[in-house]
Amino acid sequence: MISSLPMLPPFLPLLIGSIAALVLRGHLRSAIMLLAPIWGALQLAGLEPGIYWAMDFMGYQLEPVRVDKLSMMFGYLFHLAAFIAVVYALHVKDTLQHVAGLSYAASALGAVFAGDLLTLFVFWEILALTSVFLIWARRTDRAYGAGMRYIIMKVLSGVLLLAGAIIFIKYTGSARFTEIGLEHDGALSLGAWLIFLAFGIKCAFPFLHNWLTDAYPEATPTGTIFLASFTTKVAVYALARGFPGTELLVWIGVTMACFPIFYAVIENDLRRVLAYSLINQVGFMVVGIGIGTSLALNGAVAHAFNDVIFKGLLMMTMGAVLHMTGRINGSELGGLYKSMPKTTILCIIGAASISAFPLFSGFVSKSMIMSAAVAQGYDVVWLLLLFAAAGVFHHAGIKIPYFAFFAHDAGIRTTEPPKNMLLAMAIAAGLCIAIGTFPAQTVYALLPWEATYQPYDITHVLTQLQLLFFSALAFVWLNMKNLYPPELPSTNLDADWLYRKLAPSFIVPIYCAIVDAKDKVAKLVHQMLSKAINRSYDREKDQPKGYFAQLWPTETMVAWVAVLLTGILLLYYI
Amino acid sequence: MSKQQEKSDFFDKPENISKILKVFYGVCILLVAADFIVHRHIYHSWENIPAFYAVYGFIGCVMLVIVAKAMRKVLMKEEDYYDK
Repeated sequence: MISSLPMLPPFLPLLIGSIAALVLRGHLRSAIMLLAPIWGALQLAGLEPGIYWAMDFMGYQLEPVRVDKLSMMFGYLFHLAAFIAVVYALHVKDTLQHVAGLSYAASALGAVFAGDLLTLFVFWEILALTSVFLIWARRTDRAYGAGMRYIIMKVLSGVLLLAGAIIFIKYTGSARFTEIGLEHDGALSLGAWLIFLAFGIKCAFPFLHNWLTDAYPEATPTGTIFLASFTTKVAVYALARGFPGTELLVWIGVTMACFPIFYAVIENDLRRVLAYSLINQVGFMVVGIGIGTSLALNGAVAHAFNDVIFKGLLMMTMGAVLHMTGRINGSELGGLYKSMPKTTILCIIGAASISAFPLFSGFVSKSMIMSAAVAQGYDVVWLLLLFAAAGVFHHAGIKIPYFAFFAHDAGIRTTEPPKNMLLAMAIAAGLCIAIGTFPAQTVYALLPWEATYQPYDITHVLTQLQLLFFSALAFVWLNMKNLYPPELPSTNLDADWLYRKLAPSFIVPIYCAIVDAKDKVAKLVHQMLSKAINRSYDREKDQPKGYFAQLWPTETMVAWVAVLLTGILLLYYI
Repeated sequence: MSKQQEKSDFFDKPENISKILKVFYGVCILLVAADFIVHRHIYHSWENIPAFYAVYGFIGCVMLVIVAKAMRKVLMKEEDYYDK
């Protein structure tokens, strides 16, 4: 049946789904939105590796669709993520969100199948433009501001990518998007760095990460699920394709894995806690890409695959809490297990997966990156990743379920979320367990590089359980001693303080000074002009003061003709 | 849901909590004990330290929380800090 259908670019089914969401309503719209990702995945299964629809553009070959194992893996992942997110958002009536969500997913697919830098750039920009509406759809002032900051960073990333791509294409003579690396000379080096930075912004490198922690928690409950699934994972894909084995990435990744967990411990907004933990998980992936061995790269993309599902699940449970109670701050929640028991269990499954408990999905991918780090002699990196792994359990594994569903009873009585939300969470939870229990049949079967790895041996299981149980013991001990920081309504300063407070605090005065100076100059010029006019115009007689002004116009004309004739006469003799 | 039913919730009773914690402590002890019985593969020399992962996990998390608490003194501002 599949083969009889015309072959389409991988992003088209979801794009058609989004157009259907725009024009259709009711059950028909829901049905088509659900069918679009399934259709897309089936159509993907029929694609053979290779390059499709190649064309010439200004002397360069464009490859709009390139299918290989790496792009296929992300292709399946994005269809799966889109399907789960669509199920989760089925109850939403807001057309804007449905259209933005599906076209955002479609552009993520376009980006991972882009075979050349220009196609990549186009989808890179559409990714930004479609996703921002999921933030604005919250329709609050905060969401509007966060969306503006988000889109500015994203457009900056796009501009850097375009500039880098143009330099790269000019000096290499090829538009193909393959391994780029940072080791180049002259202008080519500049191009490579610009592309690296563009990927880095989307990947939430340290100091470039605040668009994520700023905007994701301000999006709608359903929109955040889309957001958490695509942008950073496209960036991970792009880094794995363009900069594998770049050692700088190991150190950037380790920083990303470690610093957000401190913020996550003191953050009050539970979706923002998850946003910080998203950066932490992407940090693991970036380390894997930086190490660059087959095992490490496989670990990075496998972890990206699992992260979309378990982080999506955690975001969905918190979205459900926000949807049902209207609150998301840890300081206002607690005791929800009484009225939302199913959501509680699903959240705990997500928490176990992100914490990498054996038999849950995080375990089978995170351990690959850790093993690769030890194997390549990155001792300090390995120790720091171990610390980050313990910290993840602490803030995402324990803090999220504990403060939302247990802790002190905040007295909120609600019900389980709508059935479609529960179903989406159940699908994700089922996948977390299936992948964690049968990795060889699921995520390992999709891995692009050749490497054998066996996650389940007694050493791995035992050491991981020790690490996790004693991290939990630390939580219990700190809580009993009242050393655990309470959840407080607060804002924690991060790198965005630089452009949200510091820069405005001196740019605004400078701007005001410039505006004032301009006004003063304008006033001065105005005064001088009116003085000059007053000097030459007699208001009492209502006529100009000059000699010629007192004559008849014909007299003036005669005088000027005389001057001209004298001039001509003089010129005649010269 | 009546008040009576709510009161009987499992996690509201301190004795249930202490039972759970006892089981939890038991598991922790067993995991450390297993370290001396089971032969672990050693990939890195630090792993020779007995119960390395348990000690590292515990100390790591306590440090994490203490440092994060200290960070609050510098970084924590009122909730509407950026809205003003």
